[in-house]
Amino acid sequence: MAVNETYIEIQDEVLAERTWGSVAKDLIRRQPLGAAGGLVVILMISAAVFSNQIDMYDPEVNDFGAMLQAPSWDHLFGTDEFGRDIYSRIVHGARTAMLVGFTAAILGSTIGLLIGVTSAYFGGWVDIIIQRVVDILIAFPSIILALAIVIILGRGVGPVIVAITIPLIPNCARVVRSSALAVREIPYVDAARAMGYGHVRIVLRYISPNIMAPYLIMLTTFLGQAILAEASLSYLGLGVQEPTPAWGLMLKSGAEEYAESAPWAVIFPGVAISLAVFGFNLFGDALRDVLDPKLRDR
Amino acid sequence: MSVAETMRDGNSLANADANAEPLLRVEGLKMHFPVTEGLFMRRTVGHVKAVDGVSFSVAPGETLGLVGESGCGKTTVGRCILRLENPTAGKVSFAGRDVAGMTMGEMTELRQDVQVIFQDPFSSLNPRMKIGTIIGEPLRVHGIIKDATERRERVAELLRLCGLNPRFADRYPHEMSGGQRQRVGIARALSVNPKFIVCDEAVSALDVSIQAQIINLLEDLQEQFNFSYLFIAHDLSVVRHLCHRVAVMYLGKIVELADCDELFDNPQHPYTQALLSAVPVPDPTTEETRSHQILEGEVPSPMAPPPGCVFHPRCTRATEACTRDIPELQEFTPGHTLACPIVLGK
Repeated sequence: MAVNETYIEIQDEVLAERTWGSVAKDLIRRQPLGAAGGLVVILMISAAVFSNQIDMYDPEVNDFGAMLQAPSWDHLFGTDEFGRDIYSRIVHGARTAMLVGFTAAILGSTIGLLIGVTSAYFGGWVDIIIQRVVDILIAFPSIILALAIVIILGRGVGPVIVAITIPLIPNCARVVRSSALAVREIPYVDAARAMGYGHVRIVLRYISPNIMAPYLIMLTTFLGQAILAEASLSYLGLGVQEPTPAWGLMLKSGAEEYAESAPWAVIFPGVAISLAVFGFNLFGDALRDVLDPKLRDR
Repeated sequence: MSVAETMRDGNSLANADANAEPLLRVEGLKMHFPVTEGLFMRRTVGHVKAVDGVSFSVAPGETLGLVGESGCGKTTVGRCILRLENPTAGKVSFAGRDVAGMTMGEMTELRQDVQVIFQDPFSSLNPRMKIGTIIGEPLRVHGIIKDATERRERVAELLRLCGLNPRFADRYPHEMSGGQRQRVGIARALSVNPKFIVCDEAVSALDVSIQAQIINLLEDLQEQFNFSYLFIAHDLSVVRHLCHRVAVMYLGKIVELADCDELFDNPQHPYTQALLSAVPVPDPTTEETRSHQILEGEVPSPMAPPPGCVFHPRCTRATEACTRDIPELQEFTPGHTLACPIVLGK
């Protein structure tokens, strides 16, 4: 065993530790776009969390002395047709968007992940039945499916979240299944089976973590999609109800009548939606690269 | 000299007792994979006969080599023993107990007794787990060591045993070289104190110098813990160095089984002879002058194996009877069996 001892000592030299500071620096240097996306995400989340602290006016109080005012120092983003401050409404709208977006995206992709992995892992009849159900759900355009669910469940934040989540699930399940089919055949899954691990452990600890890349991509695109879907439902009048501030709702009232005379009523909510979707997508791409241990050291 | 020969000679049956009750017995093992067609109404159009009636036994402390061309069913035999596949027919018994009839609890026990080392060290470790978790998880799941600190110590011990620095426990597999990963695979297999290890081409994905290290490690461990190996390989020099007995497979059947030296020095089955003559001799003058026995044709499809002896279409000594009768493994000399009535003179 003397040879082994020398070999073990040689390995000591290459096993230097990495600190968290160097990891953060690496991230900014290697993923500048992702870091920018992360900044937008942090901005959106803090706007949602601290909206009571950073707003300038009450977003739900009308001020008929200041209707449709252009952006100024008094009203940074101008005011809408009821004289409500658009900046304050956007800040408060972030809360609605983040709540609905995060809940729907996380629920949708996680349920989809579990369904997809289960379907691929067990195969056979389980797979066939799950996939046909997924087919049926995918056949509906998602906004139509969401509309139907809202009509059945009624209005409000809860039903809107359910309505946005359900159309997301089959998309994620489909993508995840195809990745899981490949992972299932990799020898470490056989090794886990040979070790006598149960199905639950294999699904949760061996297959699921190894399809994190498609899962995270789905999750972050879903965040964007869910924020958009929430805005669309509000725009169609089936989402969050007035006077609660929501970006889609603001876009709707602004776009219908004042797109030309008071463009700020449309532009700022629109920018908020696009920025949120864009930021989450950039951040998601970077997150995937960072979380994949194989890509980390390149 | 070949790699195997440059390493210390280890063909002595140091730990194995040839007369001992076999640890593993495989009888008439068959594994036929159905081939299906059709999008909605799946129907079976045929079977790939990956393994078609294989029988052998392995004694405690013995290494049985399983050799043959790609696609001859070696790996499937290993997977059936590990119960990663459910055999179509036949019996696998471990320490006298039939594996097929085992309850869930007995199966969990068996999982600890029979372990596996895979060919590809890059795909046999979960890339999302740290080395310490990979090796420590079986200890936790099977309740072998319940205390976390003790478990860490045991993992460190296993890593040292396999020639790795215990600090690798906090590393991920992608931070290691192929040889180091293969050592992790071995440490994982050892964690549950197995009695039998299936080495499925355990060294063929490694480069030559690393192969020698891993083979020596496998030998050292066998001496220390006295477990049995089923060594599946196609590198004959490695098999000769490591194994006590060798079985040669062709198209899902064992054609010859003998003690290692007997098989290499005195091969009897025409297929074994051809297989051994395909091994290059590392001496240019001998290599030029020695007679090569080159097989004609291709390995037939395991979906439609030839009738009679599966080897007859490529065999130089085949007679009309070979196309009809399926040969059985019969004793040639004590400990040396083969499936060829022509050679046996019957």
